[in-house]
Amino acid sequence: MNIVVCVKYVPDATANRQFEADNTVDRVGVDGLLSELDEYAVEQALQLKEKAEDPTSVTVTALCVGPEQATDAVRKALQMGADAGVLVTDEAVAGSDAPATSLVLAKAVEKLAEENGQADVVMCGMASTDGGMSVVPAMLAERLGLPQVTFASRVEAQGDQVRIKRDSDTATEIVGGRMPLLLSVTDQTGEARYPSFKGIMAAKKKPMSTWSLSDIGVDAGSVGASVAWTVVAETTERPPRTAGEIVTDEDGSGAVALAGFLADKKFI
Amino acid sequence: MSEVLVVVDHVDGAIRKPTLELLTLARRMGSASAVFIGPADAAAGAAEKLAAHGAEKVYTVDDAPLRGYLVVPKVEVLQHLVEKTSPAAVLLVSGSEGKEIAARLSIRTGSGLITDAVDLDADGTTTQSVFAGSFTVKAKVTTGTPIITVKPNSAPVEETAGAGIVEPVSVAISEGAKAAMVVASQPRKASGRPELTEAAIVVSGGRGTGGDFAPVEALADSLGAAVGASRAAVDSGWMPHSFQVGQTGKTVSPQLYVANGISGAIQHRAGMQTSKTIVAVNKDPEAPIFELVDFGVVGDLHTVLPKVTEEVTTRKG
Ligand SMILES: Cc1cc2nc3c(=O)[nH]c(=O)nc-3n(C[C@H](O)[C@H](O)[C@H](O)COP(=O)(O)OP(=O)(O)OC[C@H]3O[C@@H](n4cnc5c(N)ncnc54)[C@H](O)[C@@H]3O)c2cc1C
Ligand SMILES: Nc1ncnc2c1ncn2[C@@H]1O[C@H](COP(=O)(O)O)[C@@H](O)[C@H]1O
Repeated sequence: MNIVVCVKYVPDATANRQFEADNTVDRVGVDGLLSELDEYAVEQALQLKEKAEDPTSVTVTALCVGPEQATDAVRKALQMGADAGVLVTDEAVAGSDAPATSLVLAKAVEKLAEENGQADVVMCGMASTDGGMSVVPAMLAERLGLPQVTFASRVEAQGDQVRIKRDSDTATEIVGGRMPLLLSVTDQTGEARYPSFKGIMAAKKKPMSTWSLSDIGVDAGSVGASVAWTVVAETTERPPRTAGEIVTDEDGSGAVALAGFLADKKFI
Repeated sequence: MSEVLVVVDHVDGAIRKPTLELLTLARRMGSASAVFIGPADAAAGAAEKLAAHGAEKVYTVDDAPLRGYLVVPKVEVLQHLVEKTSPAAVLLVSGSEGKEIAARLSIRTGSGLITDAVDLDADGTTTQSVFAGSFTVKAKVTTGTPIITVKPNSAPVEETAGAGIVEPVSVAISEGAKAAMVVASQPRKASGRPELTEAAIVVSGGRGTGGDFAPVEALADSLGAAVGASRAAVDSGWMPHSFQVGQTGKTVSPQLYVANGISGAIQHRAGMQTSKTIVAVNKDPEAPIFELVDFGVVGDLHTVLPKVTEEVTTRKG
């Protein structure tokens, strides 16, 4: 079985995230890391492998589209236990929107299929922690012609059958599909493992490829900011919220003051 | 005037409020056409309600042959309608299903997609809030049919009569679209409180509740509010995940957000920072949540909240 897990390199959410002058996300000036939400995807991919009848026959490949520094994200996935890594990096990719990103991912998944056989599961996180659109997985599934079972809070696989639990706005559902399929998982699937010392050492010897757009047969003119299907006209930093009134409660005074505030604001 | 397709979000034919907000936005851009994919026997009632909120047309699609399959059949219906009507835009509610439909439709029709808009202008310019609410972004689709998902609570519901001409549509669904299906479904139990993402007031609790949500719930009920929770409270098993506010939970933008025993981590802020008024009760004066508040009380929620509830109840008379 082949599992490809898509991992994104994102600016650290706890750092001061910024936009570039051209309104694209600054991915270079801010420290980056493997998107925390994709750690859950790596974890679930590893668990599918570990629970398989013959784990040695399962290959987990971490795939990332991003700048050169994004090798860090792929390496982290290898340290956690993925078997191989691929980074697609190319000047032309900078500023790509979700449709273009999904195109590059799709072509890379296809190239992996030529080399190692078809992916049975393409695994994604629920959203990237920077763009956070939650649309790349569905776009990728569409491009690959795969069914999608997404936003899993629990994953179970038996043979080529996959069942997931997912919480929609109005119901809790059990959703089923047959491999090959695209699966996306939420942070409800359970803690992602930390790389062990052994894992960190082993990662150094694992195969790691870097591909350019021409390696995967994508025309540089079909990706990047200039051909994006959407344009960001303006980004404005929201003024910090002006510090409000803070009172210290003493024998109920805080509650009275709060109720007064709510009444002034006409909430009562 | 071009049509603007509004994909109706409903449960067994009962239209959910965010769809009515979409109709308000659609009418800014053109003539609102609702697309109701649902049970045939609920179509007439739905169409009436949609017309009463400004829908000029209502495309109805009997979902009997599609029921149980995931989003792809809906994508195929919409693809057909986009090709047939060349709409000025397609609007959907931001939620997991709306986004997935939008994503596939975007690729199928070669159209740009904007998610999580909080406002929409007549020319299709959207407003979004990004990086945990620290930036506001204005964007526009430049290629194909603009596909836009809009967050709940982004526009008022307006009652205004539309023609509501019903046009049944039938679309042959491909076999490939049926590859993933819902095996079992358990509807969420109604809490009797407003829907979290739609509520005008949200009262939340975090780790600081120590697992006792009763004071939080009592205050919520006195204010007619929805109840929310931090991930710490959800991970501890005190509240179901559907109550979680934040990056991996719900995003809320109510008139009033009351955070109790919540420290205000960036991932929590991501889900509530755009609330109009923010209030917090926390016993730690250094808690980062106090950087956001319009009014804060440094104190123990277990003593402060019951007193506030009492005050609210008295004042409401
Ligand atoms: C990828 C990722 C996604 C995440 N997504 C989310 C998300 O969607 N939503 C979310 O909320 N978090 C999310 N988190 C977790 C987030 O980082 C914080 O860990 C979480 O929000 C903390 O919850 P808390 O504020 O309830 O708990 P804590 O940070 O432990 O804060 C508890 C607060 O309660 C106060 N307190 C304690 N006792 C009392 C008392 N008796 N009276 C008054 N105050 C008291 C304390 O002073 C403290 O400030 C995410 C994290 C990651 C890594
Ligand atoms: N540049 C990328 N490289 C690899 N995977 C990605 C990339 N962008 C998005 N993904 C995958 O798609 C998921 C959702 O991303 P998004 O649609 O950007 O919120 C992520 O959790 C990743 O699994």
